[in-house]
Amino acid sequence: MKDIFRVRRMWRQPGELKRRYDVVIVGGGSHGLATAYYLAKRHGITDVCILEKSYIGSGASGRNTTIIRANYRTPEGAAFYRESVALYERLSAELDFNLMFSQHGHLTLAHSDRGMVVSQERAEVNKLLGIKSEVIGPARIRELCPQLDLSDRPAYPIMGALYHPPGGIIRHDAVVWGFARAADRLGVEIHPYTEVTGLERDGDRITAVETTRGRVEAGQVVSATAGWSSLVAGLAGMRLPITTHILQAFVTEPVKPFLDVVIVSGQLHVYVSQTDRGEFLIGAEIEPYTTYKGTGTLSFLEYSARHVLELFPQLERVKVLRTWTGLCDLSPDYSPILGKTEIDNFHLSAGWGTYGFKAAPIVGVTLAELVATGKTPELIAPFALERFHTDTLVSELAAAAVSH
Amino acid sequence: MSFLLPCPHCGPRPVDEYACFGEVTTRPAGESPSLRDLTEYVYFRDNVAGVQREWWQHRDGCGEWFLAERDTRTNEVLSISEPEPAPPV
Repeated sequence: MKDIFRVRRMWRQPGELKRRYDVVIVGGGSHGLATAYYLAKRHGITDVCILEKSYIGSGASGRNTTIIRANYRTPEGAAFYRESVALYERLSAELDFNLMFSQHGHLTLAHSDRGMVVSQERAEVNKLLGIKSEVIGPARIRELCPQLDLSDRPAYPIMGALYHPPGGIIRHDAVVWGFARAADRLGVEIHPYTEVTGLERDGDRITAVETTRGRVEAGQVVSATAGWSSLVAGLAGMRLPITTHILQAFVTEPVKPFLDVVIVSGQLHVYVSQTDRGEFLIGAEIEPYTTYKGTGTLSFLEYSARHVLELFPQLERVKVLRTWTGLCDLSPDYSPILGKTEIDNFHLSAGWGTYGFKAAPIVGVTLAELVATGKTPELIAPFALERFHTDTLVSELAAAAVSH
Repeated sequence: MSFLLPCPHCGPRPVDEYACFGEVTTRPAGESPSLRDLTEYVYFRDNVAGVQREWWQHRDGCGEWFLAERDTRTNEVLSISEPEPAPPV
């Protein structure tokens, strides 16, 4: 009986670093762990180590607002996230770990004619790709979310919404732990508190990775370091089209469950969901200046609270429980930078801005395939770093900025 | 934490009053730069964790454009300066 209270480790305690690994993954977040898992699972490559400067899932993976959706605007983006949602739907079973994925639907509110046009555009792109997505009017919104203030009271009354039924929320820490446990069981080594301090480059290849715990030789190197991507690429002498910003979020004290859909408003710069614990989880827009200092601002709390009350006036007396920030790596076109670089054996998962978490499984699948076969999968070809040199951007601004 | 940024005209004001236009970049030299030089200039950034020279405008104040040196690890503003006149074209 006492056995049920025993603390069980979910993955092995890390030993010493080996001298060499076939694949070294920098960054122990959802992307790095997913890549390691699929490398081992689908390609039999298990001589893999993950180097994480803090604890596993300490960065963006543990700080996002846990929203999963596929209703992007560009065909490239929507097709990519469609696969991600499909993987997430099967992930609890695959990892044998309850990720508490609830697909109660995702509503992107429109408060203007322009907002309605953009919603319509996204709905059409989505439908063509087989993604469930439609524009609905206030009557249907009231059915789906009677708690919303649909009256003329707010400064920007709600005119309609883009409704995306498969959208929802997931337990983000569980995604990290599930991938870590599954990767560990397949033989991947996870090394937390091991910061990468240098990348040894010999011409077009990275030969070794220097860390705070010693030097390891690497067959291939993957960087999945979100807000720190420019710094890691800088160690290899490479510049990226990325700027680092903080994104903030906060939760209220827990209240009785009364919101099951995810509500997003681009106009009010805010997204709202209620967690399984009853807390209202609210996020907004990145701070406009670049910074690596992860401290929150009062102005964020003020405007987010004000905007949320436009949607849910009944939250007026609810207290804020805690706030936090995360570092985001913003690319110029609001699309990720994924795959090969000009260094032969150095691969990137970067430029994820505020939408990386929802892509974790598909990043794992496609990056693992690239590392294993050397060929860029079709699905991620549009997101290559090279697109900035050929000036063929994939503009996801309309569906990615704020619209979570 | 939010921080104060000194405007050359108005003195220290909350950062929310300003628009940030990113790190100072150098235009590609020469008459007809290559596509690579141009895209490098337009899209790629140093994005340093450390002291960065950057463009600011006091958008919700006097409207002045100026340069600041700021440590992106602490948001401490080390100095501000007026931009130099653009070289004759």
